[in-house]
Amino acid sequence: MKPAPFRYADPGSLGEALDVLAAEGDGAKVLAGGQSLIPLLSMRLAAPTTLVDLNRVPGLDAVEVTGDGVRVGALVRHAELLGNPAARTVQPLLARATAYVAHPAIRNRGTTVGSIAHADPSGEMTAVLALTGGSVTVATPAGRSTIGWRELFVGPLETSVHGAAVVVDAFFPALPARSGTAFVEVSRRRGDYAVCGAGVVVTLDADGLVETVRAAYLSVGPVPEVHDLTEAVSGQPAASADWAAAADLARTLVDPDGDLHASADYRRLLVGVLTERALASAAAEAAA
Amino acid sequence: MTPIDTERSITVTVNGVPRGARVPVRRLLSDALRHDLGLTGTHVGCEHGVCGACTVLVDGTPVRSCLVLAVQVDGAAVTTVEGLARADDDGGQVLHPVQEAFRECHALQCGFCTPGFLVTIAAGLEARNLSTEITEEEVDELVGGNLCRCTGYANIKKAVRHAADTMRRNGAELPLGNSAPLHEQGPR
Repeated sequence: MKPAPFRYADPGSLGEALDVLAAEGDGAKVLAGGQSLIPLLSMRLAAPTTLVDLNRVPGLDAVEVTGDGVRVGALVRHAELLGNPAARTVQPLLARATAYVAHPAIRNRGTTVGSIAHADPSGEMTAVLALTGGSVTVATPAGRSTIGWRELFVGPLETSVHGAAVVVDAFFPALPARSGTAFVEVSRRRGDYAVCGAGVVVTLDADGLVETVRAAYLSVGPVPEVHDLTEAVSGQPAASADWAAAADLARTLVDPDGDLHASADYRRLLVGVLTERALASAAAEAAA
Repeated sequence: MTPIDTERSITVTVNGVPRGARVPVRRLLSDALRHDLGLTGTHVGCEHGVCGACTVLVDGTPVRSCLVLAVQVDGAAVTTVEGLARADDDGGQVLHPVQEAFRECHALQCGFCTPGFLVTIAAGLEARNLSTEITEEEVDELVGGNLCRCTGYANIKKAVRHAADTMRRNGAELPLGNSAPLHEQGPR
């Protein structure tokens, strides 16, 4: 349980980091919080030739909150985002989901952007990026580009970011008006990977009737997906909408896999249970 | 040009004492503490971040030392379980209230997981506003990241409440107090 030998660089600027990544080629891997990467190294599931540690790169540790949304730098730890009241106000899903990320000692070190770049379908923040319609900024030697969540997530633990490239921030758009959110998980033990998790956003119209309902799930499918559940409850009053019908619809839309931790059928059952529970809570919040 | 190394010399302030070591860059902090610095109080259980036995403080914050490379803490301050007790006036040591509470409440059996629990709980209680009584939710959150296979947690949770009470009652008279983070305490 020790990492295979590698070479290590901790450049002092983003430009130098990109230079090292370009020079070292495909075997190089970016290290930020390391709370997913270092276990992979120790279990020898990954054996990069070179680790490029971003921790000394200045300018990557900011949480910028505007009316449009929350921009999270690549070195912002989960614990910092969880404790940021402005971010919580503009996009409540951030704090709600971050509270489910592992344990405090992991959240003190792990980064939000790192968990997105890691692209684990069990990850909380990948689901939140999708559910909020977010994007990431990728820096390469040729310049910066924005990649939307649909283009970013290619498969389990795989993104469209390759080669000499660093994900420098993630942007989570603000919660729209007259909206409420909820985030719920079922796990074997507190802080474990979710057997199944659900994040939802409910938006009401000016009369307090359901306008849109969207949901994203954890540990269900290879990449994050956003499901539109509006048709099951469209135009119904927030307080008495048929959330069970929306949950039934959700069950038909997902295609979970079974594994050691849960069968596919059990996961589909949980999708329904968690969806109904989350939607009622989010709708009550939207109406408040 | 950015240096790319396979080995590095690092300097870390461990429990208030500056220590140096020459380490391969792949050396985990947990192994550096035990093998290079001889501090075997930090226990290594799962080595992939699940069990919490290796938890130490880096610049006052609890982290899994098996999920940090030793080269990443160059220049930082690390507190291990050996750094929780303080020296008394007679050349002996005074246990941290969390250590006292573990003894009082029989919160350990085999003791393997204990260092991680002690460091995690001590930092959590130090960081907490002690003017209010600790809630069950807080206790669960505090111990939820550490695995214990002997006790069933009941006595560990009892010890957390006991230590929180002691720290609340003693206030400023505590060995470590609420004023300085653990890592800023002097050598002991």
